[in-house]
Amino acid sequence: MTTETEVAQVLRPANHRRQDQVFKALAIGASSVIVALVVLVAVFLVTQAYPALRQNTANFFTSRIFSIDTPPIMFGIADLLWATIVTSVIAVVIAVPLGVSIALFLSHYAPERLARPAAQLVALLAAVPSIIYGLWASQLVAPYYLPVQDFLEKVLGWIPLFSATNTSGGATLMFAGIVLAVMILPIITSLSREVFAQTPTFHEEAALALGATRWEMIRTAVLPFGKPGVISAAMLGLGRALGETIAVTIIISSLSDQNRQSFSLSFFNGGETFASRIANNAAEFDTPTKAGAYISAGLVLFVLTFVVNAIARVVIERRRAFSE
Amino acid sequence: MSAATHTPDLVEQALPDPETPQSTGRRVKDRTATVAVWAAFVIAMIPLVWIIVALLVKGGSVVVSASWWTNSQRGMTTLTAGGGAYHAIIGTLLQAVVTAVISVPLAIMTAIYLIEYGRSTRFGRIVSFMLDILTGVPSIVAGLFIYALWVTTFGLQRVPFAVCLALVLLMVPVVTRSTEEMLKLVPNELREASYALGVSKWRTITSIVLPTAFSGIITGILLGLARVMGETAPLLILGPYSQSIATNLFSGFMGTLPTMINAERNEVAAIPLDRVWGAALTLIILVLLLNLAGRLIARYSAVRK
Repeated sequence: MTTETEVAQVLRPANHRRQDQVFKALAIGASSVIVALVVLVAVFLVTQAYPALRQNTANFFTSRIFSIDTPPIMFGIADLLWATIVTSVIAVVIAVPLGVSIALFLSHYAPERLARPAAQLVALLAAVPSIIYGLWASQLVAPYYLPVQDFLEKVLGWIPLFSATNTSGGATLMFAGIVLAVMILPIITSLSREVFAQTPTFHEEAALALGATRWEMIRTAVLPFGKPGVISAAMLGLGRALGETIAVTIIISSLSDQNRQSFSLSFFNGGETFASRIANNAAEFDTPTKAGAYISAGLVLFVLTFVVNAIARVVIERRRAFSE
Repeated sequence: MSAATHTPDLVEQALPDPETPQSTGRRVKDRTATVAVWAAFVIAMIPLVWIIVALLVKGGSVVVSASWWTNSQRGMTTLTAGGGAYHAIIGTLLQAVVTAVISVPLAIMTAIYLIEYGRSTRFGRIVSFMLDILTGVPSIVAGLFIYALWVTTFGLQRVPFAVCLALVLLMVPVVTRSTEEMLKLVPNELREASYALGVSKWRTITSIVLPTAFSGIITGILLGLARVMGETAPLLILGPYSQSIATNLFSGFMGTLPTMINAERNEVAAIPLDRVWGAALTLIILVLLLNLAGRLIARYSAVRK
């Protein structure tokens, strides 16, 4: 009689076991590097931002001043937060309905031969580098966008969000939001399509058997099933939009000091997001305090995207737990 | 089940009569939805077609000249036409290759851990969560982190290698996730057959699992490369532009296609604008070629079941 361990010893000699352990250790090591990287990002941003935040004489969250060249150091992120959130929310509001429609097209409407190449074309949109989106938008799309903005200002100008401002051309939060919508469209589309395609066939067939039209079947079977996936996709898209840098930097013009004096709610104002403020001033990181001020802005951006991505993950995990 | 208690009459009442057509309102809604989803797809294609056509039209004449591919911008000003993008192309390729050399082993070993060892372990879940977070880290934050590490903490200069480190942060999650998907597709029977022959676990992984998933892993690497080659934000912080050819990763500045576009985009004269469009076209050609290659490989050599 041989026990199991003896069999194992015959089949796997000692040196095999050692090699096995080394290989497993390598795999664990690589995984630990991933965990360490994320932790290090957080730790480094915090420790580098801290001295600058200590010297800051303004309120970091509510101040609109960003004066870090000469003491007293004063900087606050209120303006950056506003511009970042406005552009990203505009992007999500436009991209979600469009992305969900395209996802439905790919999963339920497109003829079978078209669905696959069509999905790859949408994926190609994600491959276009961000700097090319910025170039395209500011050089080529802006002239076509301006009439739209003028029209909105005329019709909806009585709402503070749509009032006219001194910012000229298409260098506005609204335009940046629209371009960001195009940029996050592929991720929202592909994730939504994935969940729509997983709708149980018997749900769909049951709806059709009850006489539902295709649209009614989608509304009663596909959309409810895909809802958590769509929410999660929207959050991931929001995360992308929050951190998008160079396209936004190219499109929006930063406000002159004069124009910054009074805060405007308007979407047709210029401004700077966290990312574009850092990018615009990347050449000026010459003292630790200056760099620290921008790093603290980057830290807030990191925390924002962290929270948004974590929510996306929780939503999709819940669904998984529910559907299995 | 309650279905047994239903009489045929009741079932018939529940179903719409096939003879009477659907009400007009329902039919109109259905048609509208069909038109709307087709329209949404067409709208999404407009930017793609517009960008590609515009780049071909505006950058085409610049890119077809032979000197574009062989010369740098050394000594060129906004008033002198000519010069090329050779310095930027090799800069972009060099940084991408170094990034890949660091990222790929890290990503593949992590994916192996997640699929072959860490499934449903506590550490596996932590790694998977951190990977999601890393996927979401904005590229400018990756740049800031490396700046805080490399320049502020170690007191080193901004060099091309620091750019590569920032790009590693962006490439690793892409390659890990795609490798993970591919390893999941490898049928368990293959692993079991290998174990049954007395092959050890690491041997099974390296000579059975990885080769089976090989083409899919290559696809993921190519897509990851395409992503990092177009990145601009970390380069703004860590990789100042240079007009000359540079191949030293550890000193001096190195031109790349994104920073070349960025350096000249604010000029209004025709000559620098031509360069901007030329560089943009060159960049998108590189990126789309990598994408196409990746997708073709994925298509023609999927994991065989």
